[in-house]
Amino acid sequence: MSRCLAERSIDHVVLERGEIANSWRTERWDSLRLLTPNWQSRLPGFSYEGDDPDGYRTVPEVVAFIDRYAQVISAPVRTRTRVVSLRREDNGYLVATDQGDWRCRTVVLATGACNIADVPAVAAAAPPSLAQLTPMHYRNPGQLPEGGVLVVGASATGTQIADEIHRSGRPVTLAVGQHIRAPRMYRGMDIEWWMDAAGVLDERYDQVDDIDRVRRVPSLQLTGSPSRTTLDLNALTGIGVRLVGRLVGIQSGKALFSGSLRNMCALSDLKMVRLLDTLDAWANANGIDHAVEPPQRFPPTKVEGTPLLALDLGGGEIKTIIWATGFRPDYSWLHVPAFDRKGRLRHDGGIVCSPGLYVLGLQFLRRRKSALIDGAGDDARDLSDHLVACLDGRVTVVPT
Amino acid sequence: MSGSNAQVDNGVNVQALMDARAALSGAPEGAQFEWRAICTWKNGTHSHSTVKSFFGLGEEQRHKSTFSYDADHPEIFASEDLGATPVEFVLVALGSCLTAGIAAIAQRRGIQLRSVSATIEGAMDIQGILGIDSDVRNGFNGIKVTYDIDADASRSDIEALVAQSQKRSAVYDIITNPTNVTVEVA
Repeated sequence: MSRCLAERSIDHVVLERGEIANSWRTERWDSLRLLTPNWQSRLPGFSYEGDDPDGYRTVPEVVAFIDRYAQVISAPVRTRTRVVSLRREDNGYLVATDQGDWRCRTVVLATGACNIADVPAVAAAAPPSLAQLTPMHYRNPGQLPEGGVLVVGASATGTQIADEIHRSGRPVTLAVGQHIRAPRMYRGMDIEWWMDAAGVLDERYDQVDDIDRVRRVPSLQLTGSPSRTTLDLNALTGIGVRLVGRLVGIQSGKALFSGSLRNMCALSDLKMVRLLDTLDAWANANGIDHAVEPPQRFPPTKVEGTPLLALDLGGGEIKTIIWATGFRPDYSWLHVPAFDRKGRLRHDGGIVCSPGLYVLGLQFLRRRKSALIDGAGDDARDLSDHLVACLDGRVTVVPT
Repeated sequence: MSGSNAQVDNGVNVQALMDARAALSGAPEGAQFEWRAICTWKNGTHSHSTVKSFFGLGEEQRHKSTFSYDADHPEIFASEDLGATPVEFVLVALGSCLTAGIAAIAQRRGIQLRSVSATIEGAMDIQGILGIDSDVRNGFNGIKVTYDIDADASRSDIEALVAQSQKRSAVYDIITNPTNVTVEVA
């Protein structure tokens, strides 16, 4: 956004509560790598120039990448400047920080979708003897007591953490709700290459059937390992991870799991086949069928005959619970009437229903790729155009 | 795949359902329903239940007529067998809920159904209800539903219908997830 604003000669500052790439420096586990290949992190005027375009960045590499971009574009970043409140004032906004106040006509919220680990209320009923961690504070299996671990949530975070914890000798039970299965490699190419090339990632928010539903769909169950392997539920059961249904309650020290595991897996398998059908049809229509390997179909997710419905959390088998149940943004400092009844920011493709206020980096904000590093550029271009028009008085946003 | 298709008629008014959904997302209080049944003991294990009124859309509602059901146990339980067993009503509820969902979703997805039938089987070890073995639960060990569907759609589209119907089914949710139950004496 800073680069796009500079291109449009808009004076601006970038406020950062810590150091550049702060959440990557402070809120990620040790083994995490970016889910998208190196070539795919294309920012306005900047892209990968190293010798491993198909690799996946480690967290320190992501930090270095963002750091370097800030330098290259001479972004006017004020580090160690925490915004404590933002409210409407006169014809603009008053931004209060721990380093003084700013007044401005427009504000772009680029704090991301993952500020708070979303832990379900049932966590409060877990026996106090258990260690409980969210991905914000999890770093590596060595942090955990010896013994069994219940990992709740089977999207990218839950599956990656379940995999390394189980391999560390702590038997993992994985509670599986809605999830989106995807192979890392398909017909010899990275799944992200396919989705990029076939235009899936460019699909716009105003072209989909039900944007509210699409924005709630969990992210792809992917991992960015150097071996480029697929980490799906079959890979996890293959190393001995036990699958159970969605965690639906904790009563009398017992975790209760939904009987819906089989359907959750069936839905996910069907969705994956639909995605692969789309990609195959695109390859065929664009004459690249012979440039890639033949179409593949993967075995359905294996679910044992009678998955466990209850697990005694006080019996000693489970020592730790990891809540990989998603994240949500923290808007506690945002004092603008722009929220729906569920506390979600109301916006139209990033244009918040408060004049001159914008948001970036949320799931399917303007395009399917909006939450990826690679999606920031197109969204920032669109929104900076709107922002300029707003400053010129050419567009009006009606507060609702 | 999206939108209702004019050539497809499964007898479901999808537009009315979509309109209701749109209206209730703006007025969640109207979405608060209460479903009711009245059960009266007759004799032995035989009872008679009726379903007539419910609450929803902010007011009392009434079925077009009063529906009634007899429940009993089979003769091998030394009963009169004057109706289906209560657990069979649970199977009926699951099958009819999933099947209604299949019709609605098929309509929405533009899939013409020609025939849909389901066999719903609930396996039970009655050592639980007889108190023979306290490690055996009273309820089903598991429920198996097998659909036989003839429709203008591929097998994977039909599987997707059945999967989506489970995702949206009230009875499927009631059976697969815990529910707090309060039973009082008035």
